[in-house]
Amino acid sequence: MLLDSLLSIITFVPLIGAAILALFLRGDDAPARRNAKCVALAATSTSLLASLIMLATFDPEETGFQFVEEGEWILGLTYKMGVDGLSVLFVMLTTFLMPITILACWDVTHRVKEYMISFLVLETLMLGVFCALDLVLFYLFFEGGLIPMFLIIGIWGGKDRIYAAFKFFLYTFLGSVLMLVAMIAMYVDAGTTDIVALLGHDFGSETMEIMGFHILGGFQTLLWLAFFASFAVKMPMWPVHTWLPDAHVQAPTAGSVILAAILLKMGGYGFLRFSIPMFPVASSLLADFVLWLSAIAIVYTSLVALMQEDVKKLIAYSSVAHMGFVTAGIFSANQQGVDGAIFQMLSHGFISGALFLCVGVVYDRMHTREIDAYGGLVNRMPIYAAVFMLFTMANVGLPGTSGFVGEFLTLVGMFQANTWVCAVAATGVILSAAYALWLYRRVVMGELVKESLRSITDMNRREQAIFAPLVVMTILLGVYPSLVTDIVGPSVGALLDGYGEAVAQYGGTTQVAQHGGH
Amino acid sequence: MQTGDLAIILPEIVLSIFAMAGLLAGAYGGRDRLGPAMIWTTSALFAVLAAWIGLQGAGTATAFGGMFTDDAFARFAKVTILLSAAAVLLMGEGYMARSDLIRFEYPLLIALAAVGMMVMVSASDLMALYMGLELQSLSLYVVAALRRDSVKSTEAGLKYFVLGALSSGLLLFGASLVYGFAGTTGFVGIFEAVQGRAPVGLLIGLSLVIAGLAFKVSAAPFHMWTPDVYEGAPTPVTAFFATAPKIAAMALLARVVYGAFGGIVGDWQQILAALSVASMFLGAVAAIGQRNIKRLMAYSSIAHMGFALMGLTAGTVAGVEAMLIYLVIYVTMNVGTFAFILSMERDGSPVVEISALSLYSRRSPTRALAMLVLLFSLAGVPPLVGFFAKYSVLLAAVDAGLAWLAVLGVIASVIGAFYYIRIVYIMYFGDEESELDAGGSTVLAGFLVVSAAMMLFGLWNLAGIEGPAAAAAATLVR
Repeated sequence: MLLDSLLSIITFVPLIGAAILALFLRGDDAPARRNAKCVALAATSTSLLASLIMLATFDPEETGFQFVEEGEWILGLTYKMGVDGLSVLFVMLTTFLMPITILACWDVTHRVKEYMISFLVLETLMLGVFCALDLVLFYLFFEGGLIPMFLIIGIWGGKDRIYAAFKFFLYTFLGSVLMLVAMIAMYVDAGTTDIVALLGHDFGSETMEIMGFHILGGFQTLLWLAFFASFAVKMPMWPVHTWLPDAHVQAPTAGSVILAAILLKMGGYGFLRFSIPMFPVASSLLADFVLWLSAIAIVYTSLVALMQEDVKKLIAYSSVAHMGFVTAGIFSANQQGVDGAIFQMLSHGFISGALFLCVGVVYDRMHTREIDAYGGLVNRMPIYAAVFMLFTMANVGLPGTSGFVGEFLTLVGMFQANTWVCAVAATGVILSAAYALWLYRRVVMGELVKESLRSITDMNRREQAIFAPLVVMTILLGVYPSLVTDIVGPSVGALLDGYGEAVAQYGGTTQVAQHGGH
Repeated sequence: MQTGDLAIILPEIVLSIFAMAGLLAGAYGGRDRLGPAMIWTTSALFAVLAAWIGLQGAGTATAFGGMFTDDAFARFAKVTILLSAAAVLLMGEGYMARSDLIRFEYPLLIALAAVGMMVMVSASDLMALYMGLELQSLSLYVVAALRRDSVKSTEAGLKYFVLGALSSGLLLFGASLVYGFAGTTGFVGIFEAVQGRAPVGLLIGLSLVIAGLAFKVSAAPFHMWTPDVYEGAPTPVTAFFATAPKIAAMALLARVVYGAFGGIVGDWQQILAALSVASMFLGAVAAIGQRNIKRLMAYSSIAHMGFALMGLTAGTVAGVEAMLIYLVIYVTMNVGTFAFILSMERDGSPVVEISALSLYSRRSPTRALAMLVLLFSLAGVPPLVGFFAKYSVLLAAVDAGLAWLAVLGVIASVIGAFYYIRIVYIMYFGDEESELDAGGSTVLAGFLVVSAAMMLFGLWNLAGIEGPAAAAAATLVR
C-alpha cells in the first residue's frame, strides 16, 4: 500500500511540510525561526528516507518504469508518476541535497519561515519533474519551480537581486513556453499526454516545406527545436547561458546550491527523457550542432571563468562548462557518452553544490565574494582549506574523484561521435585546471596579509557536518563508479537501442528516396 | 404570447420586477439610507437566481418565436454572470459607504444590467441581441459616472457612452446588412441561409457585428475606452466591468458566430484571430508602463480577452469549452484581485498607485501571499489554475490547426508575465515599508483568500466546471 504511492509520498511530503509552516507557525522570534528550520529539516529528511526505500527496492535490470501511479485528472490529463534508470538517481540527488541545503541556511535570520516554505515547495516541484510521466504534469513541475526560485533570489539575494530575479524568470519562462506549444502539438498528434505511450509513438520525420525552406526531419525537427529552446536555456548552453552567472551571484548560498546542483540537471534530464527517445531522427540530424555548441561552451566559458573577479561568478561559469560535457555526452548517443553525461550531472550536483557552500562559508564571515579580498586562508582555516582543495580537484577532474569519471566517460563518448569536438572539449579540461587551481591559489594559499582576515575562524561543527556527506559521495563515486552505471546502464542501453533503430530506419528511407530520384 | 414563454424567462422577469420595485421603494421610501440593505438584497437575489438557473434540468427551450433560447450554454453563462455580480456587489459595499457613494440606484442599476446580460446570452435573434445589449450598456453608462462630482468619473461615463453608442451603431448597421442578405433576423434562419459561401454584403454585416461586439469585450483595436473607464469609475464599478459584462459579451459573441454564422467558420475565424493577436499583444505591452493598478488591470483584461478569443477562434466544440473555462477562471481571479485593490487604503482613503505596495508583504503577509498566488495565476504560470485556462485555449487552437496563433499567444503571455511579476517584486522585494493600512474589511479578505485558494485547490478538479462547460459548448456548436 505504502509502496504503491511511494513516489507521491516522496514528492509531496515537503509540500505538506510547507503547508504546516504556512498554516500553523506564527511569529518571527528565535524559537519560531528554529521551529521553521526543524520542520523543514524533518520534511526533507522524511522525503530522503522514503527515497532510500525506493532505491532499495528499485530493480536496475528492469528498463521500464517502476513505482508507477496513475489516476484521472482534469482536462483529459492523467496524474501519472514513475521512475526508471534515467530518473531514479536524480530523485535521489534531490532528496539527498535538500536536508544539506536546509542545514546550510541554519544561520539565516531574515524571514525564515517564508524561506523554508520556498525551499520545501521547490523540492516538491523538482522531484515532480523527475517523477512525472504525463507531459503536462511534467511541464507543471518544470515551470512551477520558477516561482519559488524567483522569490528565493529576489527576497534573500544580494545587491542586484531584482535584475537577476527578473532575468532568471523571464529567460527561462520564454524558453519553456515554446515547449508548451510543442507539447500541445504532440498531444494533438498522438492523442495522449502519457509519456510512456509517447515514447512508443512515431512522430513524423518526412521532410517538410515551410515558406520555401526544406526542413529535414519535418515535424520531429520542429518539436525538437521547441524542446531544445527550453532545455538549452535551463542547462544552460552557450549562448543562452547569460542568465546563470547573474542568478548565481545574486542568489543566497542555499539558492545557488539548489540552482547548480539540481535545477540545471532538469535540462539534461529533459534531453534524455524527450529529445533523444521521442525525436530520434531530429536528434541525429542536429547532433553535430549540439556537439559543437557544447565544445564552444566548454572552451569559451572556461576562458571567461579565468577572468572573473567574483568567486561565485567563476564557479557559475565553470558550471556552464561542465554542462557542456553533459550535452556533448548525451548527443554522442552512445553508451559511454550517455552514461557519462548522467554521471557528470550527478557528480556536478555534489561538487558544484559543495563549491557554492565553500563560498558561502567565507561569505558568511567576510560578506564579500571578491577574490581579491581573500588570500592565505590556509593559515587560519586548515579544515576549510582541505575541503575546498578536495572539491577544487574534483571540479578539475582529478582521478579518484567523481569529476574524473564523468569527464572521462563523456570524452570517450564524444571521441566516437565526433573526434574534433572531443579534441576541442579536452582542452577545456586543461583550462578548468587553470581557473580552478588559480582560484584556489588566490583564495587559500599564500601569506595571510589582509588585516581583515586575521580573526577569521575555521569551519564549525555544523559546517563540517554539511560537507561530510558531500565529501563521501565525491570520493565514493570517484573510486566506485559502478554504483551509478549499474543503475543507469540498462535504461540507457534500452534508450540507445530504440534511438539506433529509428535512425537506421530513417537512413534507409532517405536512401531509398534518393535512389528513386536518380 | 403564451404562458410557456413567460415561464422560460421567469428569472429575468423576477429580476426586472425586483429592480423596478426597488426603484419605487427607493424613490418614495428611504432613499439612500436603503443603499446597504439594497446591496445585500440584490446580491442575495443574484445568488438565489444563480442557484435556481443552475439547478434547472438539462434541455433546450425557446420562447417568443425563437428569439430567446434557454439552453445549457445560456445557463452556464448566466450562473457565472450572476455569481460574479453578487460577489462584486458585496465587495464594493464598504468602499461605496466610505466614499459616500452608496445610493440605492447603484445595486438596482447593476440588477438591470444583469437582466440585460441574461437576455444577451440567451438571445437567438438580432433584435433580442440588441435589446439585451442596450439594456446592459445603458445601465453601465450611468454606473460608470456614478461619482458625479468627480471629473474623471464623469469623463469615464461620457467616454464610455459616446464610444458605446458608436459601437452600437456599427452593430445595428451590420445587423441590418445581415438581415438584408439573409432575409431574417433569427439566428436559426441565418444559419440555414448562410452555408458555405456567403454574399459579400453579408460578410460586411458580419464584420460590423463582430466589431460592435469586440467593443463590448474590449478587444483591441476596439479597446480604447477600457483604461480610462477602468481608471475613472469608482473601484467597485471597475471590478464589475472587469467581470460580468465581459462574460456576457463573450458569450454573446460566441452565440452569434456559432448560432448564426456556424456555416461560414472560415470567414469569421480570420477576424477573430486578428482581434485575438492584437488584444494579447496590446494588453501585454501597454500594461508594462502603467503606474495605476486599475489601468493595469484594464490592459490585463484586454490581454485575457485576447486569450478567450483564441478559444473562440478555434471554431470547435473544444474551443468553446476552453473559452468558457477560461472565462470562469478569469472571473474568479479578477474577483480576488479587485478584492485586494479595494482593500488598498491609506488612512482610510483609497490608493491605486502600484508603488504604494512597496514591501506590503511585511505589513500584511497573508494578503500579500494570496495576491502573489493570484498574480502568478493571472500570468499563467503553472502549477496555478490560471495556467490551465491558457493551456485549454492553446490546446483548442493547436487542435484546430492554428499553431501559429498558439505560438504568438505564448510569446504574449511571457511579455505579460513581466508586469504581474513586477507587482510581486514591489510587494516582496521593495525597499521602503508600505504605508497602506494593514487592517481592512473581513469581507474583502475573505474574497481574496477564497479566490487565491481556488487557484491552488482548483488543481484537484477545476471546481467541477469542466462537465457543465463541455455540456454548454456542445449545445452551442452545431
